[in-house]
Amino acid sequence: MSWGEQEHPVATFALKEQTPDTPSSARRMTLNMGPQHPSTHGVLRIMIELEGETITSAIPDIGFLHTGIEKQMEDLTWQQAVTLTDRVDYLANLSNNLVYALAVEKLLQMEIPRRAQWTRVMLAEFQRLSSHLVWLGTHALDIGAMSMFFYCFREREDILRIFEMFSGQRMMTSYIRPGGLALEPPRGWDRAVRKFIDAFPSKVDEYESLLDANPIWMERTKGVGFLGVDEMLDLGVTGPMIRAAGLPWDIRKDEPYSGYDEFDFQVAVRDENDVYARYRVRMEEMRQSAAIIKQALEGMPEGAWVADAPKVVLPDREKMKTQMEALIYHFKIVTEGYRVPEGEAYACIESPRGEIGYYVVSNGTSKPHRVHMRTPSFGNLQALGPMLNGILIADSIAALGSMDFVLGDVDR
Amino acid sequence: MLPETLQQHEAAAAIDRDLPGAVAGGHDRLGETTLEVDPARILEVCRYAKERLGFNRLSAITCVDWHPSQPRFEVVYHLHAIRGHRRLRLKCRVAENQPLESAIGVWRSADWYEREVFDMFGVEFRNHPNLSRILMPLDWDGHPLRKDYPIHGFKYSYKDE
Repeated sequence: MSWGEQEHPVATFALKEQTPDTPSSARRMTLNMGPQHPSTHGVLRIMIELEGETITSAIPDIGFLHTGIEKQMEDLTWQQAVTLTDRVDYLANLSNNLVYALAVEKLLQMEIPRRAQWTRVMLAEFQRLSSHLVWLGTHALDIGAMSMFFYCFREREDILRIFEMFSGQRMMTSYIRPGGLALEPPRGWDRAVRKFIDAFPSKVDEYESLLDANPIWMERTKGVGFLGVDEMLDLGVTGPMIRAAGLPWDIRKDEPYSGYDEFDFQVAVRDENDVYARYRVRMEEMRQSAAIIKQALEGMPEGAWVADAPKVVLPDREKMKTQMEALIYHFKIVTEGYRVPEGEAYACIESPRGEIGYYVVSNGTSKPHRVHMRTPSFGNLQALGPMLNGILIADSIAALGSMDFVLGDVDR
Repeated sequence: MLPETLQQHEAAAAIDRDLPGAVAGGHDRLGETTLEVDPARILEVCRYAKERLGFNRLSAITCVDWHPSQPRFEVVYHLHAIRGHRRLRLKCRVAENQPLESAIGVWRSADWYEREVFDMFGVEFRNHPNLSRILMPLDWDGHPLRKDYPIHGFKYSYKDE
């Protein structure tokens, strides 16, 4: 079925009848924001209807960045599909690697060694820091505080160097794989992490000293972008957005995965439910993430970094060149791929933006039958219309920014 | 019929007791509960799960294409209750051109998920206020995530080049 003949609500949005006789008080203006608008952080189009400067309706139009990742995954082996998970949410690559690995490991019923779990937690928290830093820098830039951007990207650069040290890649890491990690954590990683994490909490203080009591910042963020907590739940909002509305729901605490129950941290919650509260929640999350990374650094267990599953995990290079079995397994995994038992699994984690859930279906072959990504940005963006309704057009930029969506994550 | 393994499961047993015949089967594997629901009664089950069992969040709706077996589509609802952090999966097997009732009246978040399933698989949802394509261009032909849709699409073929 195609939409050819039928009246499409998006296409006819601007065609509501207005004649020269329409009184000016009833006149409405339609404004297209995007798809190329700097503050939409990607290719998002929002059709806004204005009455004066007040938004009377806002409809997001998505799909400009749709790349068919779910379809492509069905054509790759379980091992190869990891590389596509990086590209879903390009600001939270390791979080997507992690949730895919968790879902596949659930189907394989595989136990992951503690050292791999802790390294995963540490890297996922680094990912949260780097994602929140990008958010803070660009959100502040939208609102007019330019220098924040430089400070945030300075720290993010250090985190990307750590990712590069671990995986050889700054962004598309593919480092967390079903069965453990892609490579052994590099020599000297603890020194690099310690250097960063000792300095980082004071950097967060520095950001806060620039923004917390800044009159322009407060004026633009306080009381803006309100949406009730029940409405948010109804609309599928997750993550820092809903925690800033007073609901202390964090999957790391409530449904712990990958050994999060062994770490001591607080869930950041605020009650005000506006752009400022979302900013405060994310700032507090950065502090908590830094605390988790510190605990991981201090208590990192020794031992294996991959599960003892030669049919799933690529063998060590040395073994591959000296042992026949290892060479056979390597050849099998790389050419045919490993088989995953028939069944379905849903794994979800708390990403920087909210709940990422991968629903993975296997038909017993070496390729996934279906991978569905429940991405946080897609769920959160549904709340954009109700949130923008009735606020001023100038405030829409602040409200948009406070959602922290990534369009790659929305469109997949 | 509710299988024996689910008789003790609180939510599954409650649905089976109060809505007799709505649950056609189910299983409890890998720590996840799945109920197979009669497609004609999905809205009823969703409403009951939200109002009586406290599943106040709809995590996602998605679909799996089991082509060539019939009925080919399996529409999957992931439910979540904030209180107690319980999760429940509902599944409906529907054939091509067999519409389902929209769950938008139960959870508003069903809106985009149903549009996505419609866009990608062509499963229709009755009483959805705006069932249009969401990710693909509006004039696109076909539904890309169907198993009989080639990965490179219909327009281009590498064989001809």
